[in-house]
Amino acid sequence: MTKSNFTRRGLLKTSAVAGAGLAVPTIFTASSASAFTNEPTGDTVTFGFNVPQTGAYAEEGLDELRAQELALEHLNGMGDGGMLNTFSSKVLDGTGIMGKRVNMKTGDTQTKSDVARASAQSMIQKDGCIMINGGSSSGVAIAVQGLCQEAGVIFMAGLTHSNDTTGKDRKANGFRHFFNGYMSGAALGPVLEKAYGTERNAYHLTADYTWGWTQQESIQAVTEAMGWTTTQNVLTPVGAGDFSSYIAPILNSGADTLILNHYGGDMVNSLTQAVQFGLKDKQVNGKDFKIIVPLYSELMAKGAGSNIEGVYGSMNWNWQLGDEGTAAFVKSFGEKYGFPPSGAAHTCYVQTLLYADAVTRAGSFNPCAVVEALEDFEFDGMGNGPTLYRGSDHQCFKDVLVMEGVASPSGNAAMVGYDTLSIVEQTPRAQVEYPEDHPMFAGGSLGECNPGA
Amino acid sequence: MDALLIQVLNGLDKGAAYALIALGLTLIFGTLGVVNFAHGALFMIGAFCAVTMQRILNISTSVIDETQTDFLGNPLKIETPVIQNWFGPEMGAAIQDWSVPLSVILVVPVMFFVGYAMERGLIKHFYKRPHADQILVTFGLAIVIGELIKAFYGANPIQTPAPAALSGTIDFGTWFGFEAGAVLYPAWRLVYFLFAGAVIAAVFAFLQFTTFGMVVRAGMADRETVGLLGIDIDKRFTLMFGLAAAVAGLAGMMYTPILSPHYNIGMDFLVLSFVVVVVGGMGSLPGAVLAGFMLGILQSFASMNEVKAIIPGIDQIIIYLVAIIILLTRPRGLMGRKGVMED
Repeated sequence: MTKSNFTRRGLLKTSAVAGAGLAVPTIFTASSASAFTNEPTGDTVTFGFNVPQTGAYAEEGLDELRAQELALEHLNGMGDGGMLNTFSSKVLDGTGIMGKRVNMKTGDTQTKSDVARASAQSMIQKDGCIMINGGSSSGVAIAVQGLCQEAGVIFMAGLTHSNDTTGKDRKANGFRHFFNGYMSGAALGPVLEKAYGTERNAYHLTADYTWGWTQQESIQAVTEAMGWTTTQNVLTPVGAGDFSSYIAPILNSGADTLILNHYGGDMVNSLTQAVQFGLKDKQVNGKDFKIIVPLYSELMAKGAGSNIEGVYGSMNWNWQLGDEGTAAFVKSFGEKYGFPPSGAAHTCYVQTLLYADAVTRAGSFNPCAVVEALEDFEFDGMGNGPTLYRGSDHQCFKDVLVMEGVASPSGNAAMVGYDTLSIVEQTPRAQVEYPEDHPMFAGGSLGECNPGA
Repeated sequence: MDALLIQVLNGLDKGAAYALIALGLTLIFGTLGVVNFAHGALFMIGAFCAVTMQRILNISTSVIDETQTDFLGNPLKIETPVIQNWFGPEMGAAIQDWSVPLSVILVVPVMFFVGYAMERGLIKHFYKRPHADQILVTFGLAIVIGELIKAFYGANPIQTPAPAALSGTIDFGTWFGFEAGAVLYPAWRLVYFLFAGAVIAAVFAFLQFTTFGMVVRAGMADRETVGLLGIDIDKRFTLMFGLAAAVAGLAGMMYTPILSPHYNIGMDFLVLSFVVVVVGGMGSLPGAVLAGFMLGILQSFASMNEVKAIIPGIDQIIIYLVAIIILLTRPRGLMGRKGVMED
């Protein structure tokens, strides 16, 4: 008599494990014929550009898309080549990537994390995208970065400024060219100290999500280190519209400085309303009241109009920089579209070229080979001076710009937002660098690169 | 005390916007029995009439100036607004500066036409359909209008500043014995409050003191009997739809210096306005106005740091919390009429 090893419990366990295995979406498993997710087999390769095409950040998303299309033109040998002519790495020659012509698919994030993930998933699963690029929100970037890590494709983040993107939520498959909240603080601090002194009472209005929290924390740390006090930090809902209820308490709070940790439409509204309440004309404790917007963008400046005059902020890059890379990009973009590129456009353009360059240097589209090629990669000629893609957190380190809102020198309505931001200082990279184990970036780990195999 | 006064002013200001939209909503519901979820879109169209007026006044002629260059190094196009060519630089600039108040000449006819066309073209086909159908079709219409606005004007908020003379602050506190500078309040917000009060008074006067208004009120109370008297009440109700659209449009137009218009601005106000209508009492015009101001003030007080320190997040839920309490204690709302939406 033979004794069977099968038991009812054992059968259930085995079935459960097998079922779970079968239930894993194919997006997270590689086919047996491929070494990694969406390995290109023909003479083309497809990039996925996941940007907000509807919703509050649609204009910024469309500018990203323009830059991404331009990058593809340059990669495929069309146009004047833009920054390929100034990029310190010379492996890209305008014949696509490793002989493959580059195509694109676009997705609409709507600036909603769940929608952005679904859009990225569709581009990976249905359209066979090898890389995802773009976006205009840290919440979205972190969500899509997590998806790309699970799916085994590279995520080249667009506009995301939260410390968490390359801090506690960093991923091996994710790379950020854009600067972050800490860097904004480090760049702004000395300029603010010089302009406004060491005795100030700051009142923060902060967007209530990951970007706002880390931005506020970074600015508060810098300003308190130089002697300022923080009167209050008030969290405001995203998309509040009318901020008057949050601005009114500032009037008699004893604060002499308002720091608006807002972005996009929220910043346009809160700054406009703060000016309407007379804050820019107010005097507190014998000092002129000041407003600071730590993160600027051209489209915000356009929306806020003359209200930004005299208001300091920071940017990752600006079209007015005088270097060769910037000149080449502005020329390409400006001739194609008729206006200068925004910072969001720049970062997406550069990220696309950096990915293509990394693939070519690695000689493979395998995400792990690309990760290896990008980690600790030093480059120049892309508009921000000598730049490092740090291997330990996948954050780019480069010069940061301190900006000030000014009256339009050209007087041309079409240039409002572009020439109403003036470069005050190009803060050197060394000043905005931080150690890998800085507390503001703690709690995360890159983990292992996932090729999807 | 000065902080409280500022929040009262803020509340009255917000309440004025809520009351104006809720008034239009109630006019439509009270006359036609239609739950109009496209009413926020009418607010938005009014706001974009102000943007359009601004753009009309900025239509420019351009000449190439070879002595200056643009950002690409090409000869610079110098643009001069046509209005400045016609009226001279100073007068032309002054007219441009007053573009928001001047928009009233565009808003009233455009909104009246939009409301009239909306009612005749779409809404009238849904009178006898369930409220759920009306909500679906009007909500769909609001989305379509929003997308059309986005296609024409883009997704970014557009600056439409108040005239320079009305864009500063008023030292409101000195009127009430506070020290100078203690209660500064934006002049335009006071203008908005006064404007809203005038529009509300005009609507009530129109309904109360004109024959047309008397017939409409009679129709609201008993449509069938008025019809039996040989009065074409449907035609009057259609005109009331146009009037309600004009009220929403005026509310949107005057709000543009406070909140830069964007294609979704109507949706931001729509849900709150429905809450205002329900709290005020479905079909009650005075109820809508009362609830608008009451909820605006409550929302402002709930946003005070001292209040939020005790109940975090209260500013986000106060309106809905009050709505629940009122509907539990007064199911018809503050001034609701018996029989409205009770069948």
